[in-house]
Amino acid sequence: MGDRLNESLSWGNALIFTLWGVVLLILVLGFVTYAIYFERKVIGWMQHRIGPNRVGPLGLLQTVADILKLLIKEDTIPRKADRVLFILAPALAYVPAFGVLAVIPYTQNLYFADINVGLLYYVALSGITTIAIVLGGWASNNKYALLGGMRSAAQMISYEVPLVISVVGVIMVSGTMNLRSIGEQQGDWFWQWNFLPQIIGFVVFIIAAVSELNRTPFDLPEAESELVAGYHVEYSGFRFAFFMLTEYVYVYAIAALTTVLFLGGWQAPLAFLDFVPGIIWFLLKFASVVFFLIWLRATMPRIRVDQLMGLGWKVLLPLSLANVFITAVYLELFVK
Amino acid sequence: MSEEKERPSEQAGTEAKQETEAHTADSPPEAPKDPEVVEKNESSAAHETKPSAAPVDPEREAKLKAAAEARAARAAAKAAAEGGQPSAPDATAAPVDPEREAKLKAAAEARAARAAAKAAAEGGTPGGTSASAGETPAEPKAPSPKQPELDELLVHLRTQVGDSAVEEASINELNGHMPMLTVRPEQWLAAAQTLRSTDGGTFDYLRNVSGVDYETHLEVVYHLVSLVTKREATIKVKTNREQPSVPSVTPIWATANWNEREIYDLLGVAFPGHPDLRRIMMPDDWVGHPLRKDYVSLDSEV
Amino acid sequence: MIRTEELLLNVGPQHPSTHGVFRIIVKLDGEVIIEATPVMGYLHRGTEKLAEDLSYTQIIPYTDRMDYVSAMTNNYVLVHAVETMMELAVPERAEYLRLVVMELQRIASHLVWWGTYLLDIGAMSPFLYAFRDRETIVNLFNELCGARLTYNYMRVGGVKWDASDAWLDKVRDFIPYMEKKLIEYDKLVSGNEIFLARIRGVGAYDAKTAIDYGLSGANLRCTGVDWDIRRAKPYSLYDRFDFDIPLGTNGDCYDRYLIRLEEIRQSLRILTQALQQFPSGGETMGKVPRVIRPPAGEVYVSIESPRGEIGCHIVSKGKQEPYRLKFRRPSFVNLQILPKLLVGETMTNLITILGGIDIVVGEVDC
Repeated sequence: MGDRLNESLSWGNALIFTLWGVVLLILVLGFVTYAIYFERKVIGWMQHRIGPNRVGPLGLLQTVADILKLLIKEDTIPRKADRVLFILAPALAYVPAFGVLAVIPYTQNLYFADINVGLLYYVALSGITTIAIVLGGWASNNKYALLGGMRSAAQMISYEVPLVISVVGVIMVSGTMNLRSIGEQQGDWFWQWNFLPQIIGFVVFIIAAVSELNRTPFDLPEAESELVAGYHVEYSGFRFAFFMLTEYVYVYAIAALTTVLFLGGWQAPLAFLDFVPGIIWFLLKFASVVFFLIWLRATMPRIRVDQLMGLGWKVLLPLSLANVFITAVYLELFVK
Repeated sequence: MSEEKERPSEQAGTEAKQETEAHTADSPPEAPKDPEVVEKNESSAAHETKPSAAPVDPEREAKLKAAAEARAARAAAKAAAEGGQPSAPDATAAPVDPEREAKLKAAAEARAARAAAKAAAEGGTPGGTSASAGETPAEPKAPSPKQPELDELLVHLRTQVGDSAVEEASINELNGHMPMLTVRPEQWLAAAQTLRSTDGGTFDYLRNVSGVDYETHLEVVYHLVSLVTKREATIKVKTNREQPSVPSVTPIWATANWNEREIYDLLGVAFPGHPDLRRIMMPDDWVGHPLRKDYVSLDSEV
Repeated sequence: MIRTEELLLNVGPQHPSTHGVFRIIVKLDGEVIIEATPVMGYLHRGTEKLAEDLSYTQIIPYTDRMDYVSAMTNNYVLVHAVETMMELAVPERAEYLRLVVMELQRIASHLVWWGTYLLDIGAMSPFLYAFRDRETIVNLFNELCGARLTYNYMRVGGVKWDASDAWLDKVRDFIPYMEKKLIEYDKLVSGNEIFLARIRGVGAYDAKTAIDYGLSGANLRCTGVDWDIRRAKPYSLYDRFDFDIPLGTNGDCYDRYLIRLEEIRQSLRILTQALQQFPSGGETMGKVPRVIRPPAGEVYVSIESPRGEIGCHIVSKGKQEPYRLKFRRPSFVNLQILPKLLVGETMTNLITILGGIDIVVGEVDC
């Protein structure tokens, strides 16, 4: 893939890139389907019950059935809603989610794009989803949707700041924003992976990531027992499915990013285990991050909105700044 | 006072009135309405509405008089025991005692007769009335263990609210000998304040407010307990059926708020002084008060 | 010029967190509640009016349905009132059986409260754990009296069904199991930072307010007032057992939470003692006349249900049916403090405070 990227863009290359993009799309959709199934099963087991087990063998077709149901629903648009923006919002939310997957390297040689500012690209693109959410809430012409949309936008913006700053430490240590290089540099032993030297950054990143994903304990915008419903209250059927798809694709993206940035990407934990292909290691680490997110959902209660804001601005932001400072001092004193 | 003389006077009756006049003459001149008079008026009203109970009437009047005597005797005994009233010298203590025994016996007989008459009226055995009226229990009933509590309450209320505040006072033997008082609606608010305060018994916890529809009148029953002394009391306030009204005690015990709303909603008793008297269980536009005995429901099959 | 409006919002009657069919009309200024008006009566079934035509034994199933989460204590308050009026003696075995089922019911009710409270706050899993343990208790009741929720178990003068020794052994096995589970739940929830931040300091009031508003149960004891009817005015056999009454200090939701969990522990303690003292034989029904006709008069008795003080006021004219039957329902009285507590709170805290009072709407409306 790498060589093809460096050639000039001919029709043949463009076609191959598109096909690979479609392959990734199918893979991502497969992931979303079975992540939802996995989540329901795991949470069920943690709650001393069985998850879905009726539809298909072991319930494997449950999500397919759910998505089918959503697809065949009536497409309702509120009468006074802004039609163009209403239709645009879900698509605008989804496109960046898929777009950021381009910079994730799966192994040394399996990647889609090798951008030198890969991390910056990721962060920048994921901010567009926030706009789409506000847009969805506004275009619904519904007081509560607007309030919910504003609230979740506030949450996402507040937590993007510590998310990005916590990654700055990794950038300083690696000296580059290229995700492939960051993955390469995380040596042969698991204690060289970035999560240990950058432990503060790792913790802040994980918390901020859960909040970015609107998952419990930060799932206030989606909470049923709160009154002011989320931004997607007026959406039904396929458009609603798009918002849910966006969330799960972001789960994919964040899990992959965590793996590459902090958990060593495709590197083996112990040097002599590198006969196992890198992709297996990548998948294992990726799966454990996803499992951790699901585990968190089954266990934690929900945080209140004012406490959420307080946590983001008063705790995580200073911590991530402190992390940058400490990293800088360390690099200056011991590395140079 | 003239109303009393209208009744056929009996020996014991006039004696009792003389006693009460002698004792109440010392206390500040009261409003002409004596609690006994009010009660007799009410009972006479009751008699008028129940002509079929005519054969019971003379007995009933006798019992009422006996109850009055018992009350008077109790008051006399209390006044004598406390000795705080300068106008009730110890000289009256001795002569009261044998009379007191007699009155207690009369009260016990009256109670037995009352019970028999009640059984007769409900059991429907005409022969039982005269038979049991002639019997008397072997000995007078021992005073209830909570009698001193009741007496204390009476004293508090009489001194702080007024003599006429309490219409009736008894011990509810069925309910663990709980002191039971009937307070007049006009003085209820003041009485409630007294009961709440430390010199009235510190009844700081209002457990329950119920409304009861006796066909002749409505009644609101308050069950109080003192978390400090662990004493209990039941207070009843009677009101008529046409314009039922009992002063609200929400300013004194905040818990009465919704209880009184429920009684208003289901029985129609108005509570002047209540901050927000409106229906609570039934829809706001409901007509009628469902818990009343004469309530006709919209759906007659229900 | 910025113009701010007040928002009038309806919580309920259908709403996952109002614990039944119950409505609160909330006036909001932004996110802050200025005024809250509870509206009830959606579940008013006229139990008191119906009771005036039924004999006392026929009323017992109606009491099951008032506080359906805690039906045994409802049964007990009615039969206790009638037995007080008639001065009936209840045989020892029946009284022990009554006590055992009442304490098991207390545990089951507190488990339901715990699970649903945490579900409202956002944690999904404790709800299922609580119901799993409640299943054990409900199965015990099913074996004993044939029903899982509305038992119709007690009768005037005793209980309807006797318990076998095997049943008593099952209860004995349940006690250490539940004690272990309580430790687990404590570790899972009570120390959770997010949970504590949601609950501590929320909905606090002082003892004077609590007494004024006639609160009972954990709502009263969280302020430090030591008033538990099982200790203050003992009924049934409670004076034979050694148990503590947990008290709070701050009067906030956290104290109420801890008190209710501790009450489960104390109930287990009472159960252990009761099962040790359980008589080996005996009647389940005392000497009761065929037709139950309490003497004329009135009586008010109250007992400690999991929600607070439940009372029964009977006015009898000597007939088979009561002349007037009034139930003093703890949820109805406890709910009065809700409008006062909600002023100045956010919408999120409304759910937390309402859950902390522990109401069952069947009881609020009767």
